[in-house]
Amino acid sequence: MDDPTSRSRFRPEATSKPREISVTLHVNGEQRTLAVAPWTTLLDALRDRLHLNGTKKGCDHGQCGACTVLIEGRRVNACLTLAVMKDGAHITTIEGLSADGALHPLQQAFIDHDAFQCGYCTPGQICSAAGLLAEGKAKTADEIRELMSGNICRCGAYPNIVAAIQQAMGAMGSKS
Amino acid sequence: MTYIGTPTPRVDGRAKVTGSAQYAGEFTAPDLVYGSVVTSTIAKGRIARIDASQALAVEGVLDVLTHENRPKMASGDKGYNDEVAPTGSPFRPLFDDKIKFNGQPIALVLAEEWEISRFAATLVQVDYDAETHSTDLHTRIDKAYMVEKPDKPRGNAAKAHAAAAVRHEAEYYIPIEHHNPMELFASTVTWNDGGKLTVFDKTQGVQNVQRYICGIFGLKPDDVRVMSPFVGGAFGSGLRPQYQVVLAVQGALQLKRAVRLVLTRDQMYGLGYRPATIERVAIAARNDGTLDAITHEAIAMTSQYEEFSRNDTSWSALLYKSANAKYEHKLARLDVPTPSDMRAPGAATGVYALECAMDELAVALKLDPVELRLRCYSDRDQNNDLPYTSKQLKECYRKGAEAFGWAKRTPEPRSMRDGTDLVGWGMATGVWEALQMPMGNRIVLTANGHAEVSCATSDIGTGTYTIMAQVASDALGLPIDNVTVKLGDSSLPHSQVEGGSWTAASVAYAITTTADEIRRELLALAQKMPGSPLAGLKHDDVVLSDGMIVAKAAASRSVPLADAMRHGGVERIEREKLSEFKEDNKHARNTHSAIFVEVKVDEQLGVIRVTRAVNAVAAGRIINTKTAASQIMGSVVWGIGMALHEETLVDHAFGRVMNANIAEYHVPVNADVHDIKVIFVEEPDSTVNPLGIKGVGEIGIVGVAAAVANAVYHATGKRVRDLPITIDKILG
Repeated sequence: MDDPTSRSRFRPEATSKPREISVTLHVNGEQRTLAVAPWTTLLDALRDRLHLNGTKKGCDHGQCGACTVLIEGRRVNACLTLAVMKDGAHITTIEGLSADGALHPLQQAFIDHDAFQCGYCTPGQICSAAGLLAEGKAKTADEIRELMSGNICRCGAYPNIVAAIQQAMGAMGSKS
Repeated sequence: MTYIGTPTPRVDGRAKVTGSAQYAGEFTAPDLVYGSVVTSTIAKGRIARIDASQALAVEGVLDVLTHENRPKMASGDKGYNDEVAPTGSPFRPLFDDKIKFNGQPIALVLAEEWEISRFAATLVQVDYDAETHSTDLHTRIDKAYMVEKPDKPRGNAAKAHAAAAVRHEAEYYIPIEHHNPMELFASTVTWNDGGKLTVFDKTQGVQNVQRYICGIFGLKPDDVRVMSPFVGGAFGSGLRPQYQVVLAVQGALQLKRAVRLVLTRDQMYGLGYRPATIERVAIAARNDGTLDAITHEAIAMTSQYEEFSRNDTSWSALLYKSANAKYEHKLARLDVPTPSDMRAPGAATGVYALECAMDELAVALKLDPVELRLRCYSDRDQNNDLPYTSKQLKECYRKGAEAFGWAKRTPEPRSMRDGTDLVGWGMATGVWEALQMPMGNRIVLTANGHAEVSCATSDIGTGTYTIMAQVASDALGLPIDNVTVKLGDSSLPHSQVEGGSWTAASVAYAITTTADEIRRELLALAQKMPGSPLAGLKHDDVVLSDGMIVAKAAASRSVPLADAMRHGGVERIEREKLSEFKEDNKHARNTHSAIFVEVKVDEQLGVIRVTRAVNAVAAGRIINTKTAASQIMGSVVWGIGMALHEETLVDHAFGRVMNANIAEYHVPVNADVHDIKVIFVEEPDSTVNPLGIKGVGEIGIVGVAAAVANAVYHATGKRVRDLPITIDKILG
């Protein structure tokens, strides 16, 4: 076995970590107050502090869409949003989409159409689709494709994602 | 109820759509520490000095591990071996001061919070003694060498080429491609009392990782448990243990605390990848479209420390009837990390070249591309002169062409239009192996009619959970809701890594053979009941169905399994078995496909869209028509990416990846993908294995890039042989 022994370390004057700021987030209908450093993204606050791991980290650069959540009903990349910017905001994550154990029509449609494989991009796809439906802009398959292109699915379930969104659109449209 | 062959929804679907499925970087512990990696900025040389003092001075930083102070590691290559490792000397993270590639991990910062570790990692100062490096395959072609003796040539290819009526020869190129699974590579290691480790890892082989970690750190198998209940995509990148698991274990051993290490997207470009490969194909044909000779030579890149070599070339000699054939595979060593398997390794690249060459030959012969392939169709494996267990490729051509509307194609390039777009129709053949591996399985059946089925395999999105539940439900005669599947845990019965499209066939066989033993036990119990309606019957005379043991000859002769177990005073029956396939050297085992693609090309802008694709696949019995179709669909998307988008760009001056992110490394997005139709051609096969399963993870991508390239030629008259086919190559 190789065993390096030089463990001596020079410790210069300490750099202190940033001061934490109190933030109140309304997450999935629940008020959560937490102290976060200014450099903490909403994504890391959700995952590491509130243990809501349904919101995924796929790139941390706003390139993949896996971290999509709804803020005041609009879809947002949580990795490009600092938690301190969202004091008082109402946030819905994948965990808050289903109520009392009943799946949201999009969640059911994703299962019905096998609109995922590994499942990692899925919460972001579903939250993004919920935002898309609320926007009311997408009517055709081509419009869904275009407006869902911020959410990458490396498993390549895109045609099934479009079919699932169309199903949910129909189901939710007929309800209203 | 029969589940095999049905579109059963994923049994883990609910967990995935509600966000409750937990991936490697999401497990936690009260004493969790966060890690961040520092990577090298040179491609070759050594670390002259590494100074972590500034990083250590940051409040919340617990330690910085480098080659100078990391925990003990094995000193020989053997300690770093893994079951998928190629020949060579495996990479050892933080072992010494040597730099073998740009992006190599050289330090691990451990801190109370992730943001602190990330910040502190930027403060680690490194001085290098750099050496001249080489990362460009094109400059090392003359240094390429043969690693394995090539397959035996047939006849005399050179002579046949010289005498050929029609000859096509060309060079094709596939760049470096990265898997880019959506989940970042991650490991969470918990340090438990007495130093036992639980490792949550992003891997396709929990037992492979367990052996690897034990080998490196001199740990006992009982002290290391590796788990991966959910894997956010892998496509081959998780076959070998990756460096983050070594670093996370180093951190946990050092601090005696739990450590989570999640790589960044750009750091994942320092892991494995599809190697850049130059493919030279020559085909000699007669005027009637039969072939006289095929020659295929591949030159691929590998690292300085391992020889990663996959079969690119012998597909050419396998697929089409040709009396003469010759192939060789060479490697060029570069100062890069070792390449790795990536969806259909060898075939995605080798068959791309072959199928483009066949298209070029069809043009030269003025033959329809499908017709050319039918004229040199082979019912036998040409390499080994063996019959196939089954081969319904002709049916793939027929059904695929029919569904696509191929008959309406006009052969001349630029002859089809849709408004201002040029329209191109192209096709290609796909081929992959039907592999199978020894696999363990445990079934626990309880008298309440519930079964737990377990195996250390993984589900990387392929649908393993679901097909295991389906096969067990059918074999045990239980509703699928009464079956629980456990996988992704090194403490479960034996499994090879999950790859090569072998998991479905292997795990299904393991479940049915284990269920056979359960049935034997149940029958014995039932026959002990007074006046048993199953008296005198043998094990093969009964089946399990609807919670009962039923005589095959007369359904009225049956005993509920709960009655049989309770009468015998048995609450649970547990059986574990390692199932191995009988060796069969008399048959070739392959899957096949025919892929048809429509592209539309904007004549002014050169923008290419794949508007339609039909992939007709012959892969034996399909266990789940829903999840299998998703696999093929996803593979077609991969083929589109390979053809039009994907390319890892290296700045050879620095030997460093320039587009190490998921915005500049282009993968297909929703708007890039249109209609994809998947057809499974009937292919009954009682020879390959009892259930006739061949696997579908790979076959769907093979040939797709060629079909797209051939369609682009048909649309534009422009033959682009180096991938990806980007706008500049169309307009240039």
